[in-house]
Amino acid sequence: MKRLFRTLSAVAALALVAPAALAQTPPNVLIVGQIAEPQSLDPHTVTATNDFRILVNVYDGLVRFKPGTLEVEPSLAESWQVSEDGKTYKFKLRSGVKFHDGSDFNADAVKFNFDRMLDEKHPFYSTGPFPLSFNFASVDTVTVKDAQTVEFQLKEAFAPLLSNLAYPTGLIVSPAAVEQYGKDFGRHPSGTGPFKFVEWQSSQRVVVERNADYWDGAPALEAVVFRPITDANTRVAEMMAGGLDVMVEVPPDNVATFRNDPNFAVSEQVGPHVWFSILNTKSGPFTDKKVRQAANYAVNKQSLVDNVLQGTATVSAGPIPPAFNWVKSPVEPYPYDPEKAKALLAEAGVSNPSLTFAITEGGSGMLDPITMGAAIQADLQAVGFQVKIETYEWNSFLSRVNTGLEGKADMAEMAWMTNDPDTLPYLTLRSDALPDKGGFNSGYYQNPKLDEILAKARSSTDQAERAQLYGEVQQIVHDDAPWLFVANWKQNAVTQAAVKGFELQPSFLLNLKGVSK
Amino acid sequence: MTAYIAKRLIAMVPVLFGLSIIVFMVMALIPGDTATAILGAYATPENVERINRDLGLDKPLVQQYFIWIGNVLHGDFGRSFTLNRPVLAEVMDRFGATLILAGTALVLCSLIGLLAGIVSAVRQFGWADRIITFVVLAGISMPSFWLGLLLILVFAVTWRVLPASGMYAVYGGGDLPDLLYHLILPAATLSVVAAGVIARLTRSAMLEVLRQDFIRTARAKGVSETRVIYAHAFRAAIVSVIPVIGIQAGFVLGGAVYIETVFQWPGIGAMMVKAISTRDILLVQGGVLVVAASYVLFNLMADVVQTMLDPRIRT
Repeated sequence: MKRLFRTLSAVAALALVAPAALAQTPPNVLIVGQIAEPQSLDPHTVTATNDFRILVNVYDGLVRFKPGTLEVEPSLAESWQVSEDGKTYKFKLRSGVKFHDGSDFNADAVKFNFDRMLDEKHPFYSTGPFPLSFNFASVDTVTVKDAQTVEFQLKEAFAPLLSNLAYPTGLIVSPAAVEQYGKDFGRHPSGTGPFKFVEWQSSQRVVVERNADYWDGAPALEAVVFRPITDANTRVAEMMAGGLDVMVEVPPDNVATFRNDPNFAVSEQVGPHVWFSILNTKSGPFTDKKVRQAANYAVNKQSLVDNVLQGTATVSAGPIPPAFNWVKSPVEPYPYDPEKAKALLAEAGVSNPSLTFAITEGGSGMLDPITMGAAIQADLQAVGFQVKIETYEWNSFLSRVNTGLEGKADMAEMAWMTNDPDTLPYLTLRSDALPDKGGFNSGYYQNPKLDEILAKARSSTDQAERAQLYGEVQQIVHDDAPWLFVANWKQNAVTQAAVKGFELQPSFLLNLKGVSK
Repeated sequence: MTAYIAKRLIAMVPVLFGLSIIVFMVMALIPGDTATAILGAYATPENVERINRDLGLDKPLVQQYFIWIGNVLHGDFGRSFTLNRPVLAEVMDRFGATLILAGTALVLCSLIGLLAGIVSAVRQFGWADRIITFVVLAGISMPSFWLGLLLILVFAVTWRVLPASGMYAVYGGGDLPDLLYHLILPAATLSVVAAGVIARLTRSAMLEVLRQDFIRTARAKGVSETRVIYAHAFRAAIVSVIPVIGIQAGFVLGGAVYIETVFQWPGIGAMMVKAISTRDILLVQGGVLVVAASYVLFNLMADVVQTMLDPRIRT
């Protein structure tokens, strides 16, 4: 017993001596706490923001988002020209850029990248699948003009092309590395970005190191380690324990704790995200516009944003998030006005309409869907709706909702993140985007005027005209209320006080080149 | 003995085969599909169809199963849809980590459980017995993920003496001391419940044995009390505890699912949770086969050890 006691006190003494050295992260190496392990480091095969955070540091695109905005600026392409009809894009490429594997970046490499994604006969098409390749569905051919010039010929004018190129699906990978590794390229990535890939240990870490030859100036950090920590409580604990320098997606409940602690800094940034509920405009009570508007007046969005999401979101007014600040949006969110909601219901001649509300347990960008669903249910019931909630696991939920709400539900939660104001209304609100036509218009909303404006905005190459047109889109959809507009998420991150130069971007991408510690 | 082991190993084959069919069917029956999991909000019927075609998921289920089992018999477990990696490589990486964690926890819980059980039995109704019985009850009743978080809070956040998560230091590290240092909290958490169960059983087995005639005879002969307890009583009692340890090995493996998630231990449990939620059927199959085979092997090992220790069932 005495010996046991002696051993224990020795262990305890050792434990008390050890901490200072152990709790800190290594100097000049940034440890980033991620919410999950990446699926792949091949930018063309992934869809998750979580993966994009790594990818934008390893690869460059032809263009990129200007810091702090969703406007594009040159990256691997030094300049470009768009033809009068908006169908030909000619890019002048930066010269002297090399991939991390030593091969040259040139027009052939660009052509290889897009052909691999778009041409089923390409020898490396089998290294897919490429789930977001429809971002470039309008591209007909990519032609090499000379080593530093490449031309994209489109099937029809498509204004969002440049912002799609700035999105991670447009990042340029090394053809030599794809040829060498084939399907395993996603585990042996090679790009032109500020950091080079070093290693990926399953469920433990992805390590990237400084690319000293980076064309846009070498980063200050020696290396970055991305650690997946799937459990939110553990992630928060690891941050508090000093094991992480940066942590993204701080749970709303913990934001205040970090904010009040001088050892940490909290960053926030609104992004192109919309949280809404699709309303079934084809059958049930929501076929009547007045009932849909009543629902929008009935729900206290401000309270949802302040109390459920604890200030990590703002109230949404329509399908186009305010992060696209160049869009001339003329509308304000529906105010919380239960009396007006009751009046609208009376006007519509319905009393106590009963609803089925499909909600999910959690999913990409869904914030806190169960609590949000319950709060919305309570607000709707307060003005006379009878709401029955049905809860589904995310994957089942998507299968159910994406195929259309008819016969299943009157409303369903949903969230989207986009890179262009075109994307969301184009995929979810057009007559040609009904579920049986391969779109996401699960609530069957149809308005010929809107279809027309969207088509026009999509082919216009005049940014001022597009700003005007998307403002009209926002107005029409707001008035017709095919959705219950709820929130625009503010992404957040917490950093140790020692971390400098950290900035969140409206694109939700995490650019670490300018960070130091 | 060799024949017995061979027989048990052969009996494993139909078990694993049946299991693979059940898992395949369950994965096919639960709503949602792989393509939707990959595409997320972008899962249009058109995109889903394209992905299914690229992954060979458009073939009839029975055909998919036979293609899979045929490949497995050739040592090819297929490729994970969501990890872009061969299933076998991923499963082996992960299973190694789980074995380290579960193995350590099993050794810990056996040592602590046996020792606590013996002390408890020898000092029946004494203060040591009372304390041990109380701690054991508390240990068995506490949800392990909750205990894990509590330990993280105390040792990693407040005292900063142990790491909160992971298996190795995030940068550099990777040697044995580094591993042991990261192993302490998860292994301790994982062993608590099993240690409690083993302690309880050891206590009652020891009490049972201590009441028997040969113990009285040994004491009457003047054998020292230490020798009576460890050489005579414990030797007899352990025979009935060994199979329980074998079963606990299964529970420790199962419990690893939570513990790996809480401590971000890169083991097979956490992998399975993700594979199921993303409907990564080949990864689930590969993981289930390995876990099931090791569970059967653990029980076999326990049986063999028991046979060796107990002359009465030796044949």
